[in-house]
Amino acid sequence: MMNLVIVAPIVLPILMAAVLLIVRSRIAQRALSFAVLAVALASSVALVVEVLARDGAVVSRLGDWPGDIAITLVADRLAVAMLVISLIVLITVLTFAIGQGSGDERSPFYYPAYLVLAGGISQAFLAGDLFNLFVAFELLLMASYVLLTLEGTREQIRSGITYVVLNVVESLLLLFAIGLIFAATGTVNMAELPTRLAELPDGVRLGLNLLLLVAFGIKAAVFPLFFWLPDSYPTSPSSVTAVFAGLLTKVGVYALLRTETLLFPGGQTTLLLVVSGLTMIIGLLGAISHAHMKRILSFHIVSQIGYMVMGIAIATELAIAATIFYLIHQIPVKASLFLVEGVVEHETGSSSFDRVGGLVRRSGLLAFLFLVPALSLAGLPPFSGFLAKLSLVQAGFTGEQYVIIGVALVGSLLTLISMIKIWTGVFWGEVEPTVPEGRTGILRHHRTMATATWALVAVTIAVSVFGGWLFEFSMDAARDIVDPSIYVRAVMGS
Amino acid sequence: MSVASLVAIAVLFGTGSFLLMHRSLTRIILGVVMLGNGINVLIVSTSSRPGEPPIVGADGAMTDPVPQALVLTAIVIGFAIVAFMLALVWRNWTLSGDDRVEDDVEDRRLARESAVSPEKPGRGHHEDVT
Repeated sequence: MMNLVIVAPIVLPILMAAVLLIVRSRIAQRALSFAVLAVALASSVALVVEVLARDGAVVSRLGDWPGDIAITLVADRLAVAMLVISLIVLITVLTFAIGQGSGDERSPFYYPAYLVLAGGISQAFLAGDLFNLFVAFELLLMASYVLLTLEGTREQIRSGITYVVLNVVESLLLLFAIGLIFAATGTVNMAELPTRLAELPDGVRLGLNLLLLVAFGIKAAVFPLFFWLPDSYPTSPSSVTAVFAGLLTKVGVYALLRTETLLFPGGQTTLLLVVSGLTMIIGLLGAISHAHMKRILSFHIVSQIGYMVMGIAIATELAIAATIFYLIHQIPVKASLFLVEGVVEHETGSSSFDRVGGLVRRSGLLAFLFLVPALSLAGLPPFSGFLAKLSLVQAGFTGEQYVIIGVALVGSLLTLISMIKIWTGVFWGEVEPTVPEGRTGILRHHRTMATATWALVAVTIAVSVFGGWLFEFSMDAARDIVDPSIYVRAVMGS
Repeated sequence: MSVASLVAIAVLFGTGSFLLMHRSLTRIILGVVMLGNGINVLIVSTSSRPGEPPIVGADGAMTDPVPQALVLTAIVIGFAIVAFMLALVWRNWTLSGDDRVEDDVEDRRLARESAVSPEKPGRGHHEDVT
């Protein structure tokens, strides 16, 4: 039974994508996409319940092949948490896309690509071997290439080419690393790798570790490998950008988290700390230098990745728990900010500061919907961002990494400044003459989009309200992965 | 892994990386093809013991089949990606009549702005903060 539940979030969306290539009616496409994502969400909630009940991972070998050649799927606490939060975001953003009705959504290929993206993301979280992880990355990247360039405008193609080439090179590096790891150890199974990698000479292990770091670093958009992100994300419709911003880079962070704890524990503290500090600051400086809401938010994705890498670098149990909690908090917050941006852009035709302004006079609720995730992102109490940053700083103190704490706190301040910049640019002040006349209560005119945004902001508030419980959950999840033997025992013993 | 496959991998990697550095999109695609195939050859040759040929070893026994299964998947994925990239480049060519990587528009605007005008009217607080 669990075998079926664990494959459902991967296989169902991909199969449905194939069906939707034949079924071209838009209403049927919408309904079927929702149905299949809802089933995927239900089965991942069932996985959470099962994992909590067992107090350990659910492991499945497809087709009951013996351990070393089977495709292994592993759902431990970290994987199921990521799965549930991702599917929630995927469903709300799909609702938003229907309300927005952009050119993308009208294309018959939007829903199939979206579902392949969902299946790829699920597979990345559940993959129990490196090669399967590579296939998952390819699936979600392929879907993201299509979504990014679906309208085929000149601007989209221009930035799409940069995005595609860089990510293809990243995939090749990942495949190269996996090939070398197979050559060195004779396996790609993540449960067998920890012991076999430990037997390798130090130099070989360092080389393999660095190759994987570069490959996943490009995906996660850490400094100095982030440059493709702020260029390509702002050109697509907000509904697409919201999913990319919320989920794609986080899949990279998840992969970094796995490799740095399970495969190469405690390997690269200094390197990762330097990278994380620079990622935070450079991302924020990029954000502050722009006067365009979507571009500021895109640079913000980069800086927030720095905080998660900081936890991975310190690598104590508390630091890993803080990173996991940061991921759970960041995914809905980031996506909801992009949804608010989508409403602004849909209403005024732009989110550049010289074209919009004074929107708080038009819709106080929209300003509120921006303010909640923005303050959470800046790390103000009582929002979840505060708890996430506080636990990271605490982990920094117990790990005695004082420099990075200073950088992280300066980063928080800069985050607040750039959020205030959006606030004054888009919501405060006089209404710009370019804003269409006489429409108050923007949200009332776009009910579907408003519902989706409300739902996602409600999720971010829920993450704050249940922060205590979620943090305990993150501590348990961190305990599972900080000690690789727990993962190894769960997979090999089943 | 034998010397022959090692040389093949090195040549494919070298030419592939060289082509990737170009600004012409067609060359970039060719670079991706060569690099990808270099990696595929690498994975196939990991199946044998050092100094022996891949697939059928020196003593006539079959080698580890797992890398061949992996490489099959990798080849299919590589094929799909190259097809997509070709479509993208063709679309780019029909739109702009050009086969080169272009600069980011916003980057150029920022560079121009900070080079020419230190005072920018209106909102944005752009210069105050930086």
